[in-house]
Parts: sequence; structure tokens; C-alpha cells
Amino acid sequence: MTDATQPSEKLPASSWMRDLARRAQENWRLIVIAIPFVWLLFFFLAPFFIVAKISLAELAIASPPFTRMMEWSNNGIVTIRIVFDNFAYIIDDPLYFDTYLNSIKISASATLLCLLLGYPIAYAIVRSGPVAKPIFLFLIILPFWTSFLLRVYAWMGLLADQGTINNLLIGLGLIDEPIRMLYTEFAVYVGIVYTYMPFMILPLYANMERLDGSLNEAAADLGARQTTTFFRITLPLTKPGIIAGSLLVFIPATGEYVVPDLLGGGNVQMIGRVLFNEFSRNSDWPVASAVAIMLLFFLVVPMMIFQYFQGKSSEVR
Amino acid sequence: MAAIDAFSDTPWLDPAGQKPLVQIKGLTKSFGAFTAIDNIDLDIYQGELFCLLGGSGCGKSTLLRMLAGFETPNGGEILIDGVDMAHVPAYERPTNMMFQSYALFPHMTVEKNIAFGLQQDGVGKSEIKDRVHDILTLVELQDYKKRKPQQLSGGQRQRVALARALVKQPKLLLLDEPLAALDKKLRKQTQFELANIQEQVGVTFIVVTHDQEEAMTLSTRMAVMDAGRFKQIGTPTEIYEFPDSRFVADFIGSANIFEGRVVEDSADHILVTTEACDVFIDHGQSVKIDSRIWVGLRPEKIRIEKSEAAASGPNQISGIVDDVGYLGETSIYKVKLESGQIVDVAAPNQMRPSSNSDRITWDDKVLLSWEPSNAMLLSS
Repeated sequence: MTDATQPSEKLPASSWMRDLARRAQENWRLIVIAIPFVWLLFFFLAPFFIVAKISLAELAIASPPFTRMMEWSNNGIVTIRIVFDNFAYIIDDPLYFDTYLNSIKISASATLLCLLLGYPIAYAIVRSGPVAKPIFLFLIILPFWTSFLLRVYAWMGLLADQGTINNLLIGLGLIDEPIRMLYTEFAVYVGIVYTYMPFMILPLYANMERLDGSLNEAAADLGARQTTTFFRITLPLTKPGIIAGSLLVFIPATGEYVVPDLLGGGNVQMIGRVLFNEFSRNSDWPVASAVAIMLLFFLVVPMMIFQYFQGKSSEVR
Repeated sequence: MAAIDAFSDTPWLDPAGQKPLVQIKGLTKSFGAFTAIDNIDLDIYQGELFCLLGGSGCGKSTLLRMLAGFETPNGGEILIDGVDMAHVPAYERPTNMMFQSYALFPHMTVEKNIAFGLQQDGVGKSEIKDRVHDILTLVELQDYKKRKPQQLSGGQRQRVALARALVKQPKLLLLDEPLAALDKKLRKQTQFELANIQEQVGVTFIVVTHDQEEAMTLSTRMAVMDAGRFKQIGTPTEIYEFPDSRFVADFIGSANIFEGRVVEDSADHILVTTEACDVFIDHGQSVKIDSRIWVGLRPEKIRIEKSEAAASGPNQISGIVDDVGYLGETSIYKVKLESGQIVDVAAPNQMRPSSNSDRITWDDKVLLSWEPSNAMLLSS
């Protein structure tokens, strides 16, 4: 550090540039930390507080459609109005609680399905040859090249009563009446598992790729059969990938709106649809905000506690 | 052990009538067009510490992996204790392997790593505890049994890997570059430890290494490998003192090699004439007269003295010192012969160069000479 400052003292001519460079160098760590900090502040924390604020307001015929939190009256007195009615309403009405539960049930089941299907896929990709591996990875990422919405519409075409699958089955003479698939829970599962599968496979793949292949050989050498090796070596060592993949599927799937709306119709209640309806159809921003805040607490608080303990146990390692 | 001891402590030196522990017959392995192991035969006896020495890609690791059951041979057979291993999977073989990367299970403590193999054999809990304790005592890691591999130093991990492989009391222990990951000082110390442990437990070791010093210190016998074949098999002394080919002479230690023609072949000696000088060899090897041959001379087996006199008679060459390398314990002299060939000579520094007024230095005329038993006869 001191070495770097000396030339700037000798050459005062362009010293301001050197000065800037020196300061940047000295505060480099601070700058590096500041970038994600500012990002999170503006794009996560600020919106969160805005939503939290709205959730504590009352519905009003105004634009935007809710009461202000703070009001300055003419005599210089500030009035702060905080209303918990929206939360009371959500807790009171079983519709919301049931929808939360249903969302968590559906997304948890879908996460499990993703894991059961994605784990062998990731394992096979890791084990595949040097030519096949990049092709497989490309195929996993390929769906992202088209719009998510378009892909869900495509599933509507496949699953509809007069859709591709039913037509094919009737054409083959396997069934007489179309099987009802669209607008059922089944269709929602298909949609969620299909769209979120890459988020399960990729972290698992990254995790498995790092595993030392000689660990499997060592287990075999010590007398373990393949099933034992899997349950005692591979599975415990891929736990970080399983957790990462499951969180990446479970969290967005719980709040999913497009899939239950398009593939589930009105038959599958998920919290994302309720939230959307409150916001756009009922224009009840305060209740919608309260629903969002509650969802956040249902999901994020248990995750944070889990992450905290996870972090603690990995420190010990 | 006792029964074998009654015959011999070192059956590999006198194999007649002895039953080898490992028999390899006509073994071949290829990966596509590349032949990793080319039709080799080898017998290894109970209690041996056998080193497979060779450069990278010579097939030594492939051979070890075939013994462990990780690779399937394309031809030939492997017998361990008389049993054909062709259809025995890795998890049922009476061998254990110590991996170059150690392959310790990172999520298990030292204790659990070592117990893993015993659990697979269905050994009872209290017996596992005793055996793990005993083996940890042997490798001096009793205080570390609750640690995870990441919390150990390289040397400690190496000993855990050894303990894990030894605890199952295999008939054959396979070690893949067991010391390669250690730093030089620790490696030297561990070489002797490894040999001591092998002596204590009496298990037959096969060690793969690319380090000739390691092979020389460790092994009872060693095989020098090149391109999937054995170049020479023998005790370290045999390999160093009587290499039978230019490849082995050059690979193990260093050697000055002269090409020549045999002019005399009698019962007690042969005489080879080379471009540089005549070489008289009296260690009883016999070569057909007039055949082309190579003669090797180890740098430390050549005497060097300052002399203006020209060479007179066999086993003498005169030359000029072209370069001197001071290595501390020895010095290497590069001596240029009349023919232009450079001969390396190593001589111990018995006096400090500064206090040695008679020391040999650049451009000195020197006379090189050696005992008739010191030259080595090499095939191409």
C-alpha cells in the first residue's frame, strides 16, 4: 500500500487520477461489498417495505387505491395510521389459510417429484461421456430459449380434451372418451414439474460433478455394493445439491401464478392466483399486500432458520 | 506366516517350489487402440513389498486397478492365492487399495472412515471398535479419531488412508502413489514408516510409483515398466547394479553409455572395444563374440584424478573437465572425451573446495578409471 502512494507524491501533475486510483485500491473491498448491497437495497428491501407499508393501509377510492400512512395536518401534526385489519381478515377467512396450505402441499409434492426425476437425470449426465455431456446440458437449458408462457400454452394444447394426447389415444383406439387432464391438479403438477425441473437438475449436476469419482471406487474396494455406496456415500455428499435444488423449485413454485391459472383453471387454488385476483380484479391492494407478506413469512422465515442451522453445521466440518 | 517362514523369509529370491500369492499370466488390457498392458506375466510372493516403477502412461496404474477389480482385462488371468479373479467383483476381492487422492469419505470422521470396510463385512460392533483402535494405534492417530478428513494434515490423511485399507487385513494391499501428495521431507520419513508398518503387519504390498528413490528404499523387489511391459524385474540392487537394458540403466539413476563390439569372450571376462576405450568386464556375463553391445558406467563408480598422462590400457579414459556441478555432498564433473562425448563422474566432496588446493576444476586434464566389475552390459 505505502509503495503505491509514493509515486503520486513525486508526480503532482496528474495526481488527481492517481489519487482516485489509489483510493479505489484502498477501498476495493468496500466497493465489492457495496455493489450487491446497493442492489439488494433497491430491488429487494425497498419494494419489500413498500408492500409492507401498503399491507398496513386501508382500501380507499383513490389512486393508488389505499390510504396514506402518514398525513401532515395544517397545524403541523403528523398522523400515522397503521391498520392490522387486512391481516385479521386473512387469518379470519379460512379461504386464505386453506389456499396457503394447498399451495405448500402442491409445491412440496412437485419439488419431491422434481427431485425423484431430476436426481437420476443429473447422475446420468455426470456419468455420460465427454461428447454427450455438453449436449445433455444444452438440452436441459434449451427450454429457457422460448417464453415460459408459450411453453405453458403448449401444454394446454397437449393436455386439452381435444388435445394432442387425447386425440392420439383415441386414434389408437386405447380410449373412447377423452381423459380429462386440463384444468385438474394433475395438469398443475405436470406444468410445475416441467418448468422447474432445470432448477433441480443444474444444482444437483454441479454438486455431483465435484464429487471425487474415486470415492465410489474406495467404497467398492472396502466391500460396499452399489446400493450401499449410494446411500452411505453419494446421497450424503449430494445433500447440498438436493437442498439447493429443492429450494429453487419449492420457493417459486409456492407462489406460482401462471401454471395454476392456465393449466388448473379455477379448480386448483394456489396463493399466487388469490394474490393476483386481489390485486387486479378486486383492486384491493392492502389485502393483496398482506397476502404477499404472509406468504413471505410462511416461506422465508422457516428457510432462514433452516439456513442458519445449515450454516452452523457446515462450519463444524 | 510360520509355515512359510519354515521355507524361506524371502521366497521371491528362490522361487523354485514356492507358491506365489499373486499370479499374473498373459495379462493384456487395451483402451481402444491404445494398449495399456501388453501380455505380461508376474509372480508376487507372500510378504513382499513389490514396487511397480515407471513413467506416466506406462501402464502401472492400470495393472494395479486390474488387481483391485476396477478394470477388466482383455486377456490373460489374475490369480490371488490360487483363486481366479476374473469374475470376482471389486467388493468381494481379498485386496484393499490405498488411493493416490486417498479418497477418504469427507462426511465421515476418521473413526467412521476406518470402520466403513468392517461394517460391510458384518463385523460386530465391539470388534469394530477394537480393530479401529488397534489400527489407529499402529498409525499413531488415536487422538484424531473424531476429526473429519478436512481437519487433518496431508501426512495424517495419508495415514488414515493406510489404516482404512489395512484394517480389513487384506491378503494384498495395493498402494497407488502412496507418498506422491506429501512434501519431500515428509515423504522420506514416511517411506521408512511405510516399510516398517508393512513388516509389522506382514501383508503383501504392491506399490505403484514414479519415484525411483521411493521404489529403491521401499521394495523387496521391483519391476521397471515401459509401454505396458516389464523391462526388468529384480531386487533394487539387481536393478541398479545389473540393469540389462539401456532403458533401465538410464531410467534408474544415471549412466554413461558407450556403444561397442565384443572382441574377447572367455570364462572369466569379456573385452569390449568402444570408440572411447576398451572395457574389461569380469563379472562373468557371457556375450557372443563380435556382437554389438552397450556398456554402461554409473557416474559414482568412476574414479577421477588430475593427470597429464594419456590413458594406457583398458578401463581408462582421459579427458578435459568441461563443467563442474557442486551438489554439496558430491560434485558432478562433466568430462569431455576426445571423441566429443561427455561423461558424467560423481565424486564425494571429502574436503571443502576452498581448502582443497588440489581440487579438480574447469579445463583440467583428468584421467578416468574404474574397476573391471563396475561396467554394466546392456542390451539395446
